[in-house]
Amino acid sequence: MTAPRVYQTEAIIIKRIKLGEADRILTLYTPELGKIKAVAKGTRRPKSKLGGHVELLTHSLLMLARGRNLDIITQAQTIDNFLPLKDDLERIYRGLYISELVDSFTAEHIENRRLFDLLLNSLHQLSQAQNGELVLRYFELRLLDYIGYRPQLQRCANCSSPLQPATNFFSSSQGGILCHECAYQEPIARPLSLNALKVLRLWQDCDYATASRVKTNRELSSELEQVMREYIKYLLERQLKSTAWLDKLKQESHQPM
Amino acid sequence: MNTNFMPVAEPIAKLIEEFNKLPGIGPKSAQRLTYYLLQVPAEKAEALAEAITAVKEKLSLCSICFNITDSDPCVICRDEERDHTKICVVEEPIDILPLERTKKYKGLYHVLHGVIAPSDGIGPEELKFKELLSRLNDGLVTEVILATNPNLEGEATAMYLQRLIAPLGIRITRLARGLPYGGDLEYADDVTLSRALEGRQEM
Repeated sequence: MTAPRVYQTEAIIIKRIKLGEADRILTLYTPELGKIKAVAKGTRRPKSKLGGHVELLTHSLLMLARGRNLDIITQAQTIDNFLPLKDDLERIYRGLYISELVDSFTAEHIENRRLFDLLLNSLHQLSQAQNGELVLRYFELRLLDYIGYRPQLQRCANCSSPLQPATNFFSSSQGGILCHECAYQEPIARPLSLNALKVLRLWQDCDYATASRVKTNRELSSELEQVMREYIKYLLERQLKSTAWLDKLKQESHQPM
Repeated sequence: MNTNFMPVAEPIAKLIEEFNKLPGIGPKSAQRLTYYLLQVPAEKAEALAEAITAVKEKLSLCSICFNITDSDPCVICRDEERDHTKICVVEEPIDILPLERTKKYKGLYHVLHGVIAPSDGIGPEELKFKELLSRLNDGLVTEVILATNPNLEGEATAMYLQRLIAPLGIRITRLARGLPYGGDLEYADDVTLSRALEGRQEM
């Protein structure tokens, strides 16, 4: 039996590039098909009927027709456009950052329902939450979990011995915490405070509502950001491009020009 | 396209290869264009070649507004008749054309040459942001019209510009967003309709 010629799917638009005169190639994250790419014809014209329904960071119901290379979007209806997110500069770029993360860590046509739900939920949280940084850290940790890079936080990732309740070390290459003995053999492992370890452990297995109750001061929040960023950079073998811009925005909002 | 194994003369293969690099031109179109040019009179082919060298040699960016121009400052910036107290900020040089077609706007322009796109590594440093701010510092400009495209990146870039310009105390306006003329309510998305409702006007 051949696959049906047209099909319907929910999708979150995570990336778009221009194609030809008025078309776009969209990168979509879907619940059943994972990441897919599709052509949205004519969306750059003001009168396009797809227009706003296939805008970045929008959750839409799409009808697609199978094409020779890429499938073509024939109909689109917005489910949620995350309007509060799109009215705020920091929120927009946090949303684009988690989109870039999903795009960088996934291959096409691999279903990952949990990741779709995480992405959808995180966009909702980013639309409302006061503490956007916390949403980002929680997202990063859970994303790594769902795609098979769950960091080992319970015992030493090298020798499996229990960890002392003190400052330990995080090793990106071992994918987890190292005890003091093992950290000697790996000089690039970074120290991780007990508080940071506790927060990461909690987030690894709790839902968002519980995670959001964690109070972090600026120091702890920056430690968590650095450790996650290093681990992500190690896994991707490159720095995510969005991070430079997020840093700049954060810097400017702390010291107004 | 790999033309190495094609049994054609070297200059033909070279031209096919060059055409093939252009946007929207695939291998077949490239071949058709090449063989068309082979049979046209020499002067027609030369005219094309000259036109291509001319755009590269004679055109540059206006040092004030960064529009593409063959003289510096460009015709718009030089025009004394235009309103030099207004600057309309657009993404690309091509965006000036539709605005000029309306004949409703008599001010100046500023071309950013893109929008902020973090995942492509494009930030304000890669765009003409600094240049815009220094134009606003002379106290002559009283209004900045943000005419970046009404999509996520365009809106975000406009919001960021607003944040940068606000401390200067200059009036900042944004092109209205709403329903396209000749369109259909049925196909309008929620964002466009919300904006259209917010911006509704007395009749």
